[in-house]
Amino acid sequence: MFAAEAAAGHVDPGFLLEHAYVVPLVMAASFGLTLAIGKRLGRHASWIGIASIGFCFLFAVGANVQWYDYVHDSEHAAEAEAHADEAESHGAEAESHEEEGHEDEAESHEDEAESHEEEAEEHSLAPAAEGESAVGPMAPVAEEGGHGEEEAHLEFEVQPVQKAWTWWTNGTVEFQAGMLLDGMAVMMLFVVTLISLLVHVFSTDYVAGDRRYTHYFAFLSLFSAAMLGFVMSQNTLQLITMWELVGVCSFALIGHWWEEKPNSDAALKAFLTNRVGDVGLLVGMVILFFAAGQTFDIIEINTLANAGDITHTALLVASLCLIAAVMSKSGQFILHTWLPDAMAGPTPVSALIHAATMVVAGVFMVARMYGVFWNGLVIGGSSVNALAVVGGITVLGGAGLAFVQSDIKKVLAYSTVSQLGYMVMALGVGAWTAAMFHLFTHAFFKAGLFLGSGSVAHAVHSFDMKKDMGGMKQFMPKTFWTFAVCTAALIGIFPFAGFWSKDEILAGASQLGGEGSYTAFLVVGSLGALMTAAYMTRCIYLTFFGEFRGGHHGEVSHGTEDHPVEEDHLAADSGHGDDLEAAHDPHAGDHGDPHESGPRILVPLYILAALAVVAGFTNIPKSGVLDWVPDGVALQFEHLFEPKGGYFPTAGAIEGALSHPEFDIVIALVSTVLGLLGIGLAYAWYFKGLGPHGITSRNRLARAGHTLLVNKYYFDHLYTGVIAGGFKGPIARAANWFNQKGLDGVVNGVGKGAVAGGRFVYDQIDQRVVDGAVNGAGATAEGGGQVFRTMQTGKVQQYGAILFAATVVLAGVFIVVV
Amino acid sequence: MAAQNVFFYVIAAVMAFSAIRVVTVKNVVHAAMYLMIVLAGVAAQYILLASEFVAATQVLVYIGAIVVLVLFGVMLTRAKLGQDVNLTNDYWYVGAFTSVILFAVMASALLDFFGDEPLDRAGAESQVPANTEQVADAIFGPYLVPFEAVSILLLAALVGAIVLARKD
Amino acid sequence: MDDVMLNQFLLLSAVLFCAGVYGVLAKRNAVIVLMSIELILNAVNINLVAFGAHNGTVAGAVFALFVIAVAAAEVGVGLAIVLLIYRNRRSVDLDEVAQMKG
Repeated sequence: MFAAEAAAGHVDPGFLLEHAYVVPLVMAASFGLTLAIGKRLGRHASWIGIASIGFCFLFAVGANVQWYDYVHDSEHAAEAEAHADEAESHGAEAESHEEEGHEDEAESHEDEAESHEEEAEEHSLAPAAEGESAVGPMAPVAEEGGHGEEEAHLEFEVQPVQKAWTWWTNGTVEFQAGMLLDGMAVMMLFVVTLISLLVHVFSTDYVAGDRRYTHYFAFLSLFSAAMLGFVMSQNTLQLITMWELVGVCSFALIGHWWEEKPNSDAALKAFLTNRVGDVGLLVGMVILFFAAGQTFDIIEINTLANAGDITHTALLVASLCLIAAVMSKSGQFILHTWLPDAMAGPTPVSALIHAATMVVAGVFMVARMYGVFWNGLVIGGSSVNALAVVGGITVLGGAGLAFVQSDIKKVLAYSTVSQLGYMVMALGVGAWTAAMFHLFTHAFFKAGLFLGSGSVAHAVHSFDMKKDMGGMKQFMPKTFWTFAVCTAALIGIFPFAGFWSKDEILAGASQLGGEGSYTAFLVVGSLGALMTAAYMTRCIYLTFFGEFRGGHHGEVSHGTEDHPVEEDHLAADSGHGDDLEAAHDPHAGDHGDPHESGPRILVPLYILAALAVVAGFTNIPKSGVLDWVPDGVALQFEHLFEPKGGYFPTAGAIEGALSHPEFDIVIALVSTVLGLLGIGLAYAWYFKGLGPHGITSRNRLARAGHTLLVNKYYFDHLYTGVIAGGFKGPIARAANWFNQKGLDGVVNGVGKGAVAGGRFVYDQIDQRVVDGAVNGAGATAEGGGQVFRTMQTGKVQQYGAILFAATVVLAGVFIVVV
Repeated sequence: MAAQNVFFYVIAAVMAFSAIRVVTVKNVVHAAMYLMIVLAGVAAQYILLASEFVAATQVLVYIGAIVVLVLFGVMLTRAKLGQDVNLTNDYWYVGAFTSVILFAVMASALLDFFGDEPLDRAGAESQVPANTEQVADAIFGPYLVPFEAVSILLLAALVGAIVLARKD
Repeated sequence: MDDVMLNQFLLLSAVLFCAGVYGVLAKRNAVIVLMSIELILNAVNINLVAFGAHNGTVAGAVFALFVIAVAAAEVGVGLAIVLLIYRNRRSVDLDEVAQMKG
């Protein structure tokens, strides 16, 4: 592994990294194959997808192992060079060299399937994090946190593995397709393939017997291909293409059961809402294309942005446009409305697309173009910026909405919105690593939660917590425990994954940024933690505790989603489910109590719950009270996956370099206490029945708040009623309104004038003014109507003549004036 | 006056006259004939501009194909073959106004901007522009993709025209 | 007046263009409107080739060729539409095509 060390400079990335482009290609092939021969295979069609994604997962694990080697080789190559230059000055690096000895493994391997990956992540040495005291004083950037920045003196570049094929050339612009593998891409490769694999397995049970079984798996494959292509995008053009492809797959999968109107409506809504943001994406990318001297190359754009070769205005405008794209794709306020509706899709799809992968595309895009955002929004030197504000609002807004949902999936959807807000906020305050780390951990526990909810819904055939659930703990203990573990991770209870990532975000909000830092967002984040704890406790209570309220099927209306499954079960021959427990047969589910789910549903849950426990240790900090953490364990995530090079604002940025927050025991304690407080409050409220129940019916203020939440802050009303309605026939309606008011006015005016004759002294002025206005309006409307009526002949030529005449006159005016 | 200029002004005068006749003459077939004269004049101007390949294409495509097509159109739609007093519509003065003002605007802008710019700009990239070999190199080199796109466009137009015009 | 000027060509093209615009806006016969469009396209082509010669690049001629190809396609589809109009209403008088009137 250290063979390449001698040849300082070039480091061989390894076979799998060089050829990672096959991963999306395999998935694309799987899509085509499933569509082509899937029908003939019947239920075995899923095996194409599972085999492909399994292969890709193994590939991704291998790529991660090679990436681990590659980072270290690069580092040692850089060190060797440094040693050759000056032998004695870099004590710290020499020290770190000696430390190679203990590459001790981190504590537990949790799961056999993950052991490879954990190896890649945890068994390593971390020179980056060590010897703080030795080098602290001479660190060049010792600002914000008031401590030495480890990265500053151990600078070594990890060249991203790039490949690009020229697709076509037009003039001097090359249109390319390619791959760009750096830390975050490799990380996403692992996350996407793992979750996709688990979701594939889960789905074989969940949608068994669906009449569009092959269609479903084909689109899962296409989605995986698009997402993998997205994270590996080498240029902005490819980024946009894959972004759109992901959106298309989302559309197809949300509307999987399109026979029911709400489902197809939700699919359309998701698609159209995303279009709004996509305009921002296009405009932003076009601005960057021209600002960076007509290039699509992501690395080049970021490098130029960091080097200050793109004007600040261009970067600012571009990043604001791109934020619009993030708002739509990653469900940020005010374009978040599609995400909860997207729960109309099958639950595994919700887990894959709307929790773990697709919705983080926006976050990933920001992270990918971070040089642009960093310099455009002056993240390093400000105390408030658009990105952080959007994220902060989303954290609280999403969490608030999660309280009033009775559909378990909608709770989780709003929770996703809120958590994505955390990520965006972290990017906004400059805590890049924290954001990606939260993305990483969130993917596991949120997928776990969604699949858990799917498992419950599979048993009770509904998603309504209030009507059909309750007391599920006794029926489905295994599902309950995995769900509880993932919830603990989401809330951020101490050793679980969410604790570490959320804490890093909060620490980032308190320590990074310019003067004054981003303290406001620390408050927002802490408040969000409290709310998260409370609504998740509510969700657990309603689902797993209390009395079972289900078992009355046939009379209640189901959630929008499970109905078709049942139909399909009834329609199709359900004998194929024989290898499973009887619980999976919906006929059995209708009578008697719900049962625990089968192995194909439970095993993915176990794996995700295990990851929800341990994923946080991949970036365990080594500072503050955690000073004792061994080097081989601490900050592995940051060390491995954070890009190191000129295209990332660690080096060469105009406004301050990216830095990392310290572990702060106070913040950690406060956020934990807030989380426990949230749990406690919710426990008291729901389990014990304490507190002012029924306040919403007694107190006007509380009721108003509740109504506001139930109506989702009226965003849907705004969009469908005001905006869409406004476009439906604005001219016709406005003209109609004007006409009626005008004509009525004339009539009224005449009548009023007669009456006013008796008392014209009394209110002469008032009357005259009103009359004048009314008559004037009427006359204007009538006269305008007469003129425009004759002009509307329906002859295109005449319209054209008027149009061109006006244009030409304008041009003449410009010529004369200018 | 340079010989090139003599030719230019003679041809330009004929073209301008014919172009105006195309849109003012009262006989549709005559309009097509005037159009042919304009198109031939354009081809001649291409030759004066040393773009002989474009000139050849102009003759082949425009005079050879498009004018014939237009004549077919005249024939198939059974336009009156004699005088037709009703060729302009009721608001032709708007069009006349537009085009006169447009010409004034364009002429003043052109004279203002390119006042005495010679055709052969000093320091231009090459002094032998657009001979056939160079055109071929350009089309099948950097402009290959637009070229292919045009071929698809022609195919689409072909299909579209057939779909529109065939009798069901 | 000895030199060949750029403006000669541009002004000639302006004349053709304006004649075409007048024709498009003022003529009733759809076939003449199509001819006027050809005038406009040719005006553009003269400009392209003249500027190409001016800059000494081949791009102007190349784009003129593309425009010719597009014009051929346009005439084909345009005449098909005119034929369709004629077949449906026995006339190519554009004043009678007034379905846009509400």
